[in-house]
Amino acid sequence: MPYIIDIEPEWSFAIDRIVAANTTPKEYQKPSQQSSSLIQILEQTQREIGYLPENVQAYLADKLNIPLSEIYGVTTFYSLFSTEPVGKHLISVCMGTACYVKGAGEIFAEFERRLNIKAGQTTEDRLFTLDACRCLGACGLAPVLTIDDQVYGRLTPSDVPDLLVPYGREASKKNKKIHILNTES
Amino acid sequence: MKIKTLSDLNQIKKQSVEAAAKRDINHILTVNVHQGTCGAANGANEIYDVMVRQGETAHTHIIQTGCPGMCHNEPLISVTQPGSPPSVYGHVTPEKALAILDSHLKHHAPVAEWLINRNPTDIYMHQHRITLANCGVIDPERIEEYIALDGYFALAKVLLEMQPLDVINELKSSGLRGRGGGGFPTGQKWEFTHTAPGTQKYVVCNADEGDPGAFMDRSILEGDPHRLIEAMAIAGYAVGANQGYIYIRAEYPLALERLKKAIHQAQKTGLLGDNILGSGFTFHLDIRLGAGAFVCGEETALIHSIEGKRGEPRQRPPFPAASGLWGKPTLINNVETYANVPTIIRQGASWFSSIGTEKSKGTKVFALAGKIKNIGLIEVPMGTTLRTIIEDIGGGIPDGKRYKAAQTGGPSGGCIPTDMLDIAIDYDNLLAVGSMMGSGGLIVMDEDNCMVDIARFFLEFTQDESCGKCTPCRIGTKRMLEILDKITSGQGEADDIQQLESLATTIKSASICGLGQTAPNPVLSTLKYFRSEYEAHIYAKQCPAHACQNMLSYSIITDKCTGCSACARVCPNTAISGKAKEPYSIDQNLCVKCGMCMEKCKFDAIELL
Ligand SMILES: Cc1cc2nc3c(=O)[nH]c(=O)nc-3n(C[C@H](O)[C@H](O)[C@H](O)COP(=O)(O)O)c2cc1C
Ligand code: FES
Repeated sequence: MPYIIDIEPEWSFAIDRIVAANTTPKEYQKPSQQSSSLIQILEQTQREIGYLPENVQAYLADKLNIPLSEIYGVTTFYSLFSTEPVGKHLISVCMGTACYVKGAGEIFAEFERRLNIKAGQTTEDRLFTLDACRCLGACGLAPVLTIDDQVYGRLTPSDVPDLLVPYGREASKKNKKIHILNTES
Repeated sequence: MKIKTLSDLNQIKKQSVEAAAKRDINHILTVNVHQGTCGAANGANEIYDVMVRQGETAHTHIIQTGCPGMCHNEPLISVTQPGSPPSVYGHVTPEKALAILDSHLKHHAPVAEWLINRNPTDIYMHQHRITLANCGVIDPERIEEYIALDGYFALAKVLLEMQPLDVINELKSSGLRGRGGGGFPTGQKWEFTHTAPGTQKYVVCNADEGDPGAFMDRSILEGDPHRLIEAMAIAGYAVGANQGYIYIRAEYPLALERLKKAIHQAQKTGLLGDNILGSGFTFHLDIRLGAGAFVCGEETALIHSIEGKRGEPRQRPPFPAASGLWGKPTLINNVETYANVPTIIRQGASWFSSIGTEKSKGTKVFALAGKIKNIGLIEVPMGTTLRTIIEDIGGGIPDGKRYKAAQTGGPSGGCIPTDMLDIAIDYDNLLAVGSMMGSGGLIVMDEDNCMVDIARFFLEFTQDESCGKCTPCRIGTKRMLEILDKITSGQGEADDIQQLESLATTIKSASICGLGQTAPNPVLSTLKYFRSEYEAHIYAKQCPAHACQNMLSYSIITDKCTGCSACARVCPNTAISGKAKEPYSIDQNLCVKCGMCMEKCKFDAIELL
């Protein structure tokens, strides 16, 4: 039964490009290697589109000639992939061991309280998604977190309200200087 | 530039060495800006840009390098004047960097007050850098710099002078053991893969680095990627494989980018591809991305993940050496394991086996972090004592606190208490005290860390990362975590410890893969050495370290409170109230125990009981 996939044209273009860049005709022929770059393709697709909803998975299944069930299985297995849209800004608090022993847990709890969401959730206004991640490799600055691509380090729970300000949350009464650690975008 | 023969390789080395000699003769200053992930997060890229824009002259040679391992001082630069050892500067800013350059150029002298190595030979005291030898020294994006330091000469030696079995024998007699956790003898693994029947074989590098507090593999990938490429080509030749895969986690964007560049350079020069150095040997290398699943570091799960499937482990045997990727014989080693190989080939097995202890040869890289002054990456000979690492290299515990424990082996390991500080670290000694080498995370904890909470932290990790395939791991770790949650929130009951121990035994013996088999270790080892802390939580409903938030209450010391209202203003839940200039008080029902009031109070008027 032909299955018509309802997908935004700009998404399908993006996916076509990603699939073409990751597979060579030779790989298409060898069944053993067909799915080998699937994770790479999913990762790039998510980077382009933001998340991996069902129609995107179905489109990929069709394109790569892999059962949708298998793509779904892979998507839901790896924590890198999200099937839900994420907020405008992604807050990723490092919960690696070094950060944890230096109080990352309290910082995380403070974000949960301030934003009124739990790990993995997005605020109602879709401004923030809160997540925990593993060692960012910046243990020297523990505890560390990233908001989008910006890295912040040497934090305490009372820095939390000020951290949210540049991203559109109301300022608290007194703005304290926060350690911003990289200036690249 | 094509490198088709050994003399081409020699030619490149000669050119680079001559260029360096010329810089020496002309008194040209070499500046290494250390741009690993940690450096970049601290602003090293900006420093590099400013230096190149404003400091690049005919008298300077400014290069970007990887991490030299001194994370606590980031961002770092090293300045080398011909004829003298490098001056290393920490906490550099763009302005400082230009001032440093100026001082070296005009006065031929370092800026003493900003130096972090007053005594230049001291920085790597007690260390022996083999796998990290080039990290922070060479520009990882230029293959010539690797070649200048004898890079790819081990590959040349292997391809042109040695038979595959010679290579394997050399590795076997070196005594090298796997650095990814298990410590399996590397030469033996290569031999199994070599003798396994079949014409199509694969070599794989495990760069998943799942231990949530370890970053040594990343540092090698970022600082010296060609070392890995060379080693994998050597492995391919030894076991009879023409295709290699590097499985690297997607969370390491910089490492990935450097690795891609390095592979591209090696392909372009002909050090990867067909007929390498005219030997007739062909080797291709591809990258596969990990996508955030700890269990994918386990070798059978990793294989499934490379195949593009869910990363679930399977029962062994068959081991990957017999049946791995797509059912073919596959060699899997860790990044650091491979990183030792070129040096072993060049310097010989007997040189390597002269370092370390009887059963653990060579060195080990540790990611030293937590409550320690000198956070960073260190490489020490096997058999170095924990005390040397913590006190001499690590500089001890900051803020005058007392050492409580060191945790090695990540979520599979255990804690080493104070009275065992003199343990000589190698595979067997760590196992004997209930921990393990693991991949090399070494987290130091002080008196403020609660050991029950740490055990809970690791169990939460393994529980979360359990792939769910086998019941003991999926359900067992969940039950253990529930008990630990209960204990740390003050609801512990008398038989909880016994329950934990019995669950631990079952999970260890009945899980399919190493994740489950080792998941109870953090609990068992803390129960062994810090049982009294568990008991204090359960019977006295107290957390001796004052770390378990649910067992604490904040209160205001009326004698000390000046009524400044700072605490009330910062409280997220308006639990604090009072009149100005009179002592405030905390409503325990509203308090969410965030600790912000205590942090804000300038008069030490808030206490934690
Ligand atoms: C749950 C689990 C996670 C693992 N994670 C890693 C890892 O992140 N990196 C690694 O090199 N080895 C890891 N290992 C060990 C691998 O299974 C395998 O033993 C190793 O890659 C072999 O390489 P080696 O002999 O060079 O150490 C893990 C094992 C288990 C059971
Ligand atoms: S543990 Fe947080 S950066 Fe390493």
